[in-house]
Amino acid sequence: MAKTLVQEFTKGLWNEIPPFRLVLGLCPTLAVTKSVESGIGMGLATTFVLVCSNVLVSLLRNVIPPKVRIACFIIVIATFVTVVELVMQAYAYPLFLTLGIFIPLIVVNCIVLGRSEAFASKNNLIRSTADGLGIGTGFTLSLGALGGVRELLGYGTLLGKDIMPASFEPFSFAIEAPGAFICLGLMLCIMNLIGSK
Amino acid sequence: MGDYIVLAISCILINNILLAQYLGQCPFMGTSKKMETAVGMAMAVIFVLVMAGLITWMVNTYILVTFGLEYLRTIAFILVIASLVQFVEMFLKKSIPALYAGLGIFLPLITTNCAVMGACLININEEYTFMQALVASFSYAVGFGLALILFAGVRERIILGRVPKPLQDTSIALVTAGVLSLTFFAFRGMV
Repeated sequence: MAKTLVQEFTKGLWNEIPPFRLVLGLCPTLAVTKSVESGIGMGLATTFVLVCSNVLVSLLRNVIPPKVRIACFIIVIATFVTVVELVMQAYAYPLFLTLGIFIPLIVVNCIVLGRSEAFASKNNLIRSTADGLGIGTGFTLSLGALGGVRELLGYGTLLGKDIMPASFEPFSFAIEAPGAFICLGLMLCIMNLIGSK
Repeated sequence: MGDYIVLAISCILINNILLAQYLGQCPFMGTSKKMETAVGMAMAVIFVLVMAGLITWMVNTYILVTFGLEYLRTIAFILVIASLVQFVEMFLKKSIPALYAGLGIFLPLITTNCAVMGACLININEEYTFMQALVASFSYAVGFGLALILFAGVRERIILGRVPKPLQDTSIALVTAGVLSLTFFAFRGMV
């Protein structure tokens, strides 16, 4: 039980890193990782919602009646998602257009609801914040990495800069739907290989 | 009439909600290990998605747009979907117990199925009319069922094969989904 705060944070970076170890939140993972930039943008938006909802749920955990807790969690999450949506529309419009309907869909991202239910509703404020930050960072890193692989193969660029040799033929399969599934599957396989040693 | 058929085909095959729009991945991975659970989930989604599509369309057109409250769309939709699922659950339990038992735990799980919310949002973003929203919602749900059941059939066979250890379970499932998605990709030239 007596996990330190650092452990609460770092578990999100490897042992429970979403979406690889916790197979949750696959939809945004597959959909918005056409480039590093949109992957990280989505990761940060999710992290914001995750941390804020963890904080609020943890503060309210003794007030919310257990029977209607899921409905309460969803309203808390939906509120923060609306905040992110409006802020992005005002200050990061190109990113808002790229992410499209996946911003409102953070509401139904199982990771966010899962952390509220499994962690924040049972733990105090500081632990819940650390947990939200850890899982969020892990999610952002995963999306960034997957975005990197797909951007490199699909466009031959990384963060918009050409880094492949001129003879490289962009492999457009990687940025289409089938490529998303296969890249994620193979990355999971590589993680299993490293983890089993 | 012809327009509706084109819309239906494009929603079922070309823009398949699971394999081309990347929505509803959690139940896609979670309930496809056995054929029975896949069929149960597919039925539950068809049922709820059609109702949710129509109700959210009405809420958006008659309430949110009329009063200029579009920024509340996310909250309004998730509340509509969550209460709809609860209501359907209670209704089925009382009046059609056989269907309720058949759908089982899949019904409550639908609240966080992003295919439902996603399809409702697509209906609004594409500015469909009421009839178009009805056809699109139904077709998306059928496409969801089709892909899920096909995938479950494939996965039941994979268990029998010899898969290298690191690739097992979710990893091989994702690669298989990629191949399935590639076959659906071929429908692109149709419409």
